Amino acid sequence: MNSKVETLIATGIPAGKVGMWWFLASEITVFGGLIASYIVVRLGSPGWSEAGARLNFSLGLVNTFVLLTSSLTMVLAFKAVGEKDPKGLRTYLGFTILLGLTFLTIKAFEYGGEFVRGYTPAAGIFWSFYYGMTGLHALHVFAGVVVNAIVLIAALGEILKPHEHRVELAGLYWHFVDIVWIFLFPLLYLT
Amino acid sequence: MNEVASKEAHHEEPGFWHTYLFSTDHKTIAKQYLSLGLFWAIVGGFTVYLIRWQLAYPETKVPGWGFIAPDFYNVLVTMHGTIMVFFVAMPILLGAFGNFLIPLMIGAQDMAFPRLNMLSVWVFALASLILLLSFFVPGGAASAGWTGYPPLSAKVEYTGVNWGLNLWLLAHALEFVSFLMSGINFLTTAMNLRAPGMSFFRLPLIVWMQLTAAVLFMLSVGPLIGGAIMLLMDRIAGTTFYLPEGGGEPLLWQHLFWFFGHPEVYVVLLPALGIVLEIMPVFSRKPIFGYYPIVYSTIAAGILSFVVWAHHQFISGMDPRLAMPFSITTIIISVPFALIVFAMIATLWGGSISFSTAMLFALGTLATFLIGGLTGIFNGSAPVDIYIHDTYFVVSHFHYTLVPVTFFAGFAGLYFWFPKIFGRMMWETLGKVHFWFTFIFFNAAFIPMFFLGTRGMMRRIANPTQYEFLKPFQPINEWITVAVILLLLSQIPFVINFLWSMVRGRVAERNPWQANTLEWSAASPPPHGNFETVPTVYRNPYEYGLPEVAEDWLPQDRPFTPPAGVRQSES
Repeated sequence: MNSKVETLIATGIPAGKVGMWWFLASEITVFGGLIASYIVVRLGSPGWSEAGARLNFSLGLVNTFVLLTSSLTMVLAFKAVGEKDPKGLRTYLGFTILLGLTFLTIKAFEYGGEFVRGYTPAAGIFWSFYYGMTGLHALHVFAGVVVNAIVLIAALGEILKPHEHRVELAGLYWHFVDIVWIFLFPLLYLT
Repeated sequence: MNEVASKEAHHEEPGFWHTYLFSTDHKTIAKQYLSLGLFWAIVGGFTVYLIRWQLAYPETKVPGWGFIAPDFYNVLVTMHGTIMVFFVAMPILLGAFGNFLIPLMIGAQDMAFPRLNMLSVWVFALASLILLLSFFVPGGAASAGWTGYPPLSAKVEYTGVNWGLNLWLLAHALEFVSFLMSGINFLTTAMNLRAPGMSFFRLPLIVWMQLTAAVLFMLSVGPLIGGAIMLLMDRIAGTTFYLPEGGGEPLLWQHLFWFFGHPEVYVVLLPALGIVLEIMPVFSRKPIFGYYPIVYSTIAAGILSFVVWAHHQFISGMDPRLAMPFSITTIIISVPFALIVFAMIATLWGGSISFSTAMLFALGTLATFLIGGLTGIFNGSAPVDIYIHDTYFVVSHFHYTLVPVTFFAGFAGLYFWFPKIFGRMMWETLGKVHFWFTFIFFNAAFIPMFFLGTRGMMRRIANPTQYEFLKPFQPINEWITVAVILLLLSQIPFVINFLWSMVRGRVAERNPWQANTLEWSAASPPPHGNFETVPTVYRNPYEYGLPEVAEDWLPQDRPFTPPAGVRQSES
């Protein structure tokens, strides 16, 4: 009877995927609320672009490419599952994790530079939003790295075999985190 | 079916920890939510006693407690709101009833993600622990009102509360995470684990309402999670999201809070209406009137609930041009609820009604909630709201919505499903005593508040006698306090009945109320895995009083072929 949960699927979509999409829907409203607040406050505040110009645009751009590439490697990892290619799965998952860590390292470096120049979260409303939004996003990247690492560890042995759909679920989440950055980058760096 | 055999094979006797604490069984988790909710109801009830004593006899010693300083009064008012909405209404109506009923009513053996379900309840327990601890940290618990408006809440100096308010925010965050996980579980379960034949339009109405509530919660709480992070950063990282001196905007919080806060009203209201809608057909032995319109009204109300939030902010300083559109949407949202109420009345019409305790509480919910709903029209129209905003009229209004929803409907559900949850019957006579005292003293306490509000008595004042114009109304405040204390004492019969029936009540059969929904086909209480065999669903959940069958009810999972000729003559 335990197997019933797995086999009885009234919608034809696996439960994990249904759950993941509902989770992402709620995540969209978290960032949606922040972005909407940002836009409203931005419209009512003069001198915004001046503060935005203090950000390190080139590092932000590099980070954008890092995250976009990691989305590609995530798709390749998913493709490797479809092709029953465990080696490819491990390689591409590994790359995704590395790129995620690269993103976080560059982000930390950026924060450090801004702190040194006195642009702390308390330096004004732009900086409040900058640290609030990128900080929450960075936490999401970190969570994604942890999730991908768990999947990778399972893939090192044969533990992943019955749970191969988890690569797809982790991928859905990873792409979401990536897309959020696509919104944050122009809002903050190109303001 | 071979499931029985494989279930025997899988079934191993779990130890104490896995049976009572770290259980993944949705029924045990429902009981855990119920116990936490009832515990908080006692704490919340005690804050009522302190608040009311202070209002009736200001600056006197509260029996059993002592003097209440003005800043502690603020703590009491804040924590009363927080506890009752987030730590009583949510765990009981969604956590307990949602978890218990959804898998049973759709014919599933458990939730789609049982371990996630266990995580939800434990995150909620952690949130409860943190909220409880916040009373004991230096500086005391949060005191910026349950809505936590900045700038008051954004700086430590303004309230003198430091860690109390940070922990309050943290407890909220964890509570939201817990109910987000529950919501995902509810939706996935109801989408994927329905038994054969259980189409969406054969779902019992409470399942529809729990699901709509879950969607509302999931899609509205996000901005507040973002907003709460911003408020916490203002308090500890020096940001200025809500502080005008740093370019921030205090009104932003009000928008984020009420964008969640108003749908939240329906998050707790819908499951409560669902409970009432389940009970009414059973005790009037009639099919529900207008199943489809009720479902569509529920969905319409859910969508509308996202565009009414600024009616909480008519006098907040937002652009006054917004008042008209938000007044209009607010009045429009009463249409689907009016429709549901009319459907309830039409269900009762001409039925053979038996006044069991569950039915009394369901009718009590309808009667008292009507007053709450109708007074909402006053608050919803901006010109009237400007006059009564922040007075006891509003206090009475939302108690007339939330008390019926949380307590009347909650009790109705407990009296109704107690045999299924605990396998024993409750004592009806004591239950009726409980109902009548609760109903009388509730109305005795809150009707006079409407009067106080229209005379201008403000919310959140610790001592009404300080105001010359309120002095003549002090006897009314004393009357309310007496009524509230009697209302609290009226809960003693329930506590006795609940605890006594759990161990000594008459053992319940499978279907003591002769009801149709699937949970009554399972044993009382249902074992781990719920059903002996996967039920097959043949019909809608409210087939009472059919002329074709000998009994006056026809369960959803009972095969039935009408005798030849009967069906034709019917149609």
